[in-house]
Parts: sequence; C-alpha cells; structure tokens
Amino acid sequence: MTSAGEGRRGVTVALLSTVVFFTLLAVAITHAPGWPEVKRTFFNWNQFRDSMPEISRAFLLNVKIFMIAEAFILVLALVLAVLRSLPGPVFFPMRALGIAYADFFRGVPTILVIALLGFGAPALQLSWVPLSTTFWGIVALILVYTAYVSEVYRAGIESVHPSQDAAARSLGLTHWQSLRKVVLPQAVRRVIPPLLNDFIGLQKDTALVGFLGSVEAFKQSQIDAAATFNYTPFVAAAVLFVALTIPLARFTDWLVLRDRRRRQATGT
Amino acid sequence: MSEALVVDGVHKSFGQLEVLRGVDLAVAEHEVVCLIGASGSGKSTLLRCVNLLEPIDEGRILVEGDEITGRGVDVNRVRRRIGIVFQAYNLFPHMSVLVNVTLAPMLALRIPRAQAEAEATTLLERFGLADKRNDYPDRLSGGQQQRVAIVRALAMKPDLMLLDEVTSALDPELVAEVLEVIRELAAAGMTMLIATHEMSFARDIADRVCFLDEGVILEQGPPAQILSEPKEPRTQQFLQRIIEAGRL
Repeated sequence: MTSAGEGRRGVTVALLSTVVFFTLLAVAITHAPGWPEVKRTFFNWNQFRDSMPEISRAFLLNVKIFMIAEAFILVLALVLAVLRSLPGPVFFPMRALGIAYADFFRGVPTILVIALLGFGAPALQLSWVPLSTTFWGIVALILVYTAYVSEVYRAGIESVHPSQDAAARSLGLTHWQSLRKVVLPQAVRRVIPPLLNDFIGLQKDTALVGFLGSVEAFKQSQIDAAATFNYTPFVAAAVLFVALTIPLARFTDWLVLRDRRRRQATGT
Repeated sequence: MSEALVVDGVHKSFGQLEVLRGVDLAVAEHEVVCLIGASGSGKSTLLRCVNLLEPIDEGRILVEGDEITGRGVDVNRVRRRIGIVFQAYNLFPHMSVLVNVTLAPMLALRIPRAQAEAEATTLLERFGLADKRNDYPDRLSGGQQQRVAIVRALAMKPDLMLLDEVTSALDPELVAEVLEVIRELAAAGMTMLIATHEMSFARDIADRVCFLDEGVILEQGPPAQILSEPKEPRTQQFLQRIIEAGRL
C-alpha cells in the first residue's frame, strides 16, 4: 500500500503547490499599480461578450487558412523530404534545390514572405493571377511551413535504421516500394509530435495574413479595439487560438498512444 | 550437380579497408555451405555482396549461371531469387507478422493478397508460428522474430538462402529453435550459404565448411576435416580460440 499512499501524497503536494503558486501570482498582478487600468482595458467582460461573436466569425477564416495550408504542406513537405533523401549523383540537382529551398524559406521572416507575395503577386496584373489577399497569404504560409515541415520529415526518414531499408531491398522491393511501405510509415509515426508542434505554429501564424487586410480573428480584434479604445478583443482572439490548440495537442497524444498500444498488442 | 552460386575473384573495399581480397567459392544446388572465421574476416560482407546490398569492386558473381554483378542487371529481380536473413532479424516493426511475410510477395511478385496470405499461413504453420500471425514483432521473443524473418525470406520462394549469423543476437536458450528451422530447410533441399559461429551446428548441417581469413577463403572441405584436422595454422588457431571459449 506504500506506493498507493505515496501516489496520493504526491497528488496532494502537487495540488497544494499549484494553488499557492497561482494565488501568489494573482495577488502580485492584482496589486500592481496599473492593475485597475489594465483590468478595464484588457479584461472588460462586457467588451469580451460583445466582440466575441464577430471575432469568432472572423476566426473561421483562420481555421480555413490553417486547414487548406496544412493539407498542402503535409504533402509538399513530404515530397521535398523524399527528394532530399534520394541517393546517388543523378539526383544531386534535386537535393541541391531542396536545400536551397529550405534555407531560403526558413531564413526569410514569414511576415516578409506574406508581404512580398500578398502585395507583389497581384501587382503583376496578370489576368490569371488571383487578387485575393487571403489566397496569397495561404500560398506564403505553405511556402514557409513546407520548408520547416520537410526538415521534420527528413529527420524522421533519417531516424529509420538503414537495416530496415536493407531488409526491404533484400526482399526484392524497389527503392520506391521500400520508401513507401517500410521507411516512410515508420518515419512519419516518429515525427507526429514535432509535426504537431509546427502545426500549432502555423495555426497561430494564420493571424499574419491579417497584415494583408484579410479580416481574420486578429484583424477583426484590431478593428474592434480601434473602435472602442479597449484591448479586450485581443484577449478574446487569444482565447479562440488557445481553444483550437488544446484539442490538437490532445489528439496527437492520443495518436502516439494508440500507435504504441497497437504495436504491443497481441493479435486476436 | 549444377552450381547454384559461383563467386569468382570478388574484391570489396570500404574506403581504405579491403574486406574481401579475392574470394572464390562455388555452391552446388541443394548444398549447405557454412562460412566460419573471426569477426571482421569478411563473412557478412560476402553475403551482402551476393545479395547485391554491397556493390563489388572486382570479380563476378553468378547465380544459376547468370551473372548478377554485370552492368544493366535488374537488382530487384536478382534479390527476389536470393533470400537473406540478418543477425538482427530486421522485421518491420509497424507491421503484423502476416504483413511482414506477405509484403514482398505482393509487391515484388504481384501475387494476389488471398494467395499470398494462404501461402504465408502455410509457411508460418510449418514453423510453428501460426498463432503469431497477427502479432507485431515487438511482442515476439528473439527466436520467434528470427523464425519470422526466415519465413519472410522463404515466402519469396528463393533459389538460394543466405543466413548471416542468424543466432548471434539470440539468448542461448532460443538458439535451438532457430537452428531447428534451418535444419529443416537443409533437409528439404534448400541451397544455403551460412555465416555462423555455431561450430557444432556447422559440423552437423554443412556439406562443406569454408574458413574465411582476412578476406580470402583460406581452407575448405567437409566439416569433419576442417573442424577436426585443419591443415592451415590460421584455421587451427581460430578453432583453438573457439574451443577455449567453449563453443565447440
């Protein structure tokens, strides 16, 4: 019974220290000289309630941008990672291109890529180039995040021991078959947590598209704040972003757990 | 007897290190040849070269009369005829036993799933693994994993099997079950080239034993002769060490 007793004691201690910590923090903040003013401008309940419906509607655009961009990124980044993993001198141009791409788009700040594409591309005045700022914002996010995510995939591919590929090839599978059936499935499983990390980043960076004028949650809260001289709409937008992140994080935990359980399960 | 495998003057270097320095070896159909020799003598490298997992620098390798080391040879086609089993099993951890076994027949030989699964099940039954068909490799003992790896190679119906120290990673009590499988394959007439440290097993199963030393086959002959009355001083030395280690 000792371990059960220790477990219960551990929970109690954790609970107690958490309560003490947050009480102290709350006391410190609410006793700050500027607190009444901050409370009025950032944590105004009426303001929060009034601005929430509009910001929620605008937030749907963030979700849309996120979903469209993510679908493309998942595929394009994998293609890029695979291109960079191709062996032999024949594929040198592919590898070089992949490296140049990753270097460039990880080097340039996301907001600059968004600005350059969002203002530059429509300015070309080509009839077939879309004028929508949201469109170009999505393209910019895809370009930037594909560079990051391809690095994650690549780390996953390199983490699969070469003996796995050797075993597949020794059975007569082609390089492509081995990659598709043996290497990539293991690589992708291993990088699910870091992949999710990048997607949380992407989800937040959808707010940068507002810079082009698309009315997403951040832009909407900016508009509301400017109209009322109150910053509570920013807090409302933040709440929405966090609300989307948490289920995403729990979903990944579940995926990882499910994979582990399945591997350790005996067949029926 | 026709030659299932001919290795002709094969050289292989890794950078500065010359691992194979002109290996000549012929294995007849249905023959079981054991390669013995110290670690680093080139046993594994030779097997990997025969499977074309390593390109050779010089020489030729022929399987049933066809040169497999020439230019323009379809390596995938060659590998389908040659099964290899590794020391570390190398099963695919994200697939059940059945999928491990049926993957290559379905992809490389284009056998329909139903047929591939039926054949795999027959093989798994033959080697006492039928109840493990839906398990994932992590759940199996080392001996079971290695038997699955052998079944996986057999599912391609190879003309020749290469076994690379298949019992070296196993706990002693699990070695027997794997050797039993190999013994059964030998009895069924499978042509095999086996790198091994199990001298008593080699004596028992091999038609011929080859002693590999510093990248060449120094001495070869019937197991009784090589293991009991070796002519070469290097072979005597090697066996002396094995006897001292209590492995013969």
